[in-house]
Amino acid sequence: MRPDYGAIVRNGIWDNNAVFAQLLALCPTLAVTGTATNGLGMGLATAVVLVATGAIVALVRRLTLREVRIPVFVLVIAACVTLVDMVMKAWLFELHSVLGLFIPLIVTNCIILGRAEAFASRNPTGPSVVDGLATGVGFILTLVVVGAVREIIGHGTLFADAHLLLGDAFAWLETVVVADYNGALVAVLPPGGFLAVGFLMAGKRVIDERLRAGAPATGPVAARAAEPAP
Amino acid sequence: MRPRLPANEGARMAVVLGGFALIAAAVLGTAHELTEGPIQRRERAELRRTLNRVVPPTAYDNTLVRATRVVRTARGDAVRVYRGTRDGAVTAVAFQVLAPGYNGPIRLLMGLERHGRVLGVRVLDHQETPGLGDRIEARKSDWILDFTGRSLGNPLRGQWTVEKDGGVFDQFTGATITPRGVVAGVRRGLLFFRRHRAALLDPAAGGDAATDAPALDATDEGESG
Repeated sequence: MRPDYGAIVRNGIWDNNAVFAQLLALCPTLAVTGTATNGLGMGLATAVVLVATGAIVALVRRLTLREVRIPVFVLVIAACVTLVDMVMKAWLFELHSVLGLFIPLIVTNCIILGRAEAFASRNPTGPSVVDGLATGVGFILTLVVVGAVREIIGHGTLFADAHLLLGDAFAWLETVVVADYNGALVAVLPPGGFLAVGFLMAGKRVIDERLRAGAPATGPVAARAAEPAP
Repeated sequence: MRPRLPANEGARMAVVLGGFALIAAAVLGTAHELTEGPIQRRERAELRRTLNRVVPPTAYDNTLVRATRVVRTARGDAVRVYRGTRDGAVTAVAFQVLAPGYNGPIRLLMGLERHGRVLGVRVLDHQETPGLGDRIEARKSDWILDFTGRSLGNPLRGQWTVEKDGGVFDQFTGATITPRGVVAGVRRGLLFFRRHRAALLDPAAGGDAATDAPALDATDEGESG
């Protein structure tokens, strides 16, 4: 049977969004989304590791005994993260000096173990890579949106310091949304992270409700209910 | 369901888990061999570039990165010191300090002129939280530039800490541990200089051949320099 790539992508980015639907990876989400740029950096680094671990776990899924699968996944993830860190440090030093801060935080990110367990260990390599990519893109978008909300409310800017992450070609992203703004400290502090995630999550529920009202039968909520509990 | 014997089961699990561990170790070991050289070259280049920031090139006329000597602290730890000389006299010194961070040591490079005044401090590497503690980096904030021109007497002893602890240095919103650690590390560096000033400024001394580049370890609570 041909895998339904459309559904995988939709699941990863929206219906089963790691943060807003599964409530996974809240620790990195809350910790680094003080600005949209930091959210983007964390999202990019996580997405790379998600794709790599998805591919490896799917490739070795027939060798992985059920009883020892969790330590095997942890081993694969830790090895991938360490490998990415060493390779970036050796050949992408400039990028590493910016993204390097996020890499140790990836190891503790439960989305990666979650996707290895819930998807990659049960599916062929192709769909697992797509699932990793879709989950990664969903995570990037989530972190950028949460970071943007907190940065605009907290500092009145958007994508500050983006040139450090993406190079001078992207300096145009750096915007001052509200000039001469004193900033609302609470948005940048940890409580602001909880508030932003909470309100955005509520917003996603409202959109899902609207969608379901428009198209009954198999709406996104039904699809979410079919997913295994995290 | 396949029939399984408990004994075989245990052995199989051990083989699978051990096999994965062996493969992971082999891959990481190989990657380490391959990346070690380039990483060290990058770090040396970064160190040379940062040396120019913490000691103005006008302050000396020798090759700073090669003019090193190793000084032992009271505890016996080796610290490599880069010494800038002009007309044979030592005009500036620079050395690395490991300051206690929130998430592991923060590696600082600090430059001092011969009277113990700070010429500059920069962070070489750290693992502080992005967006909170990483404002110790010069490209993200001017905070680290506040050390330039300071010395053990400026500010006075009790104020060599962050404002929250009654000192003169700003802390960051949401991250006090990071700046507190950096301030303590810089102060320890100044104490180290005062204690070993005679040896550090003696142009005749030198020539210790240590292969690595040890830093002054200020990550513990003690006061020894």
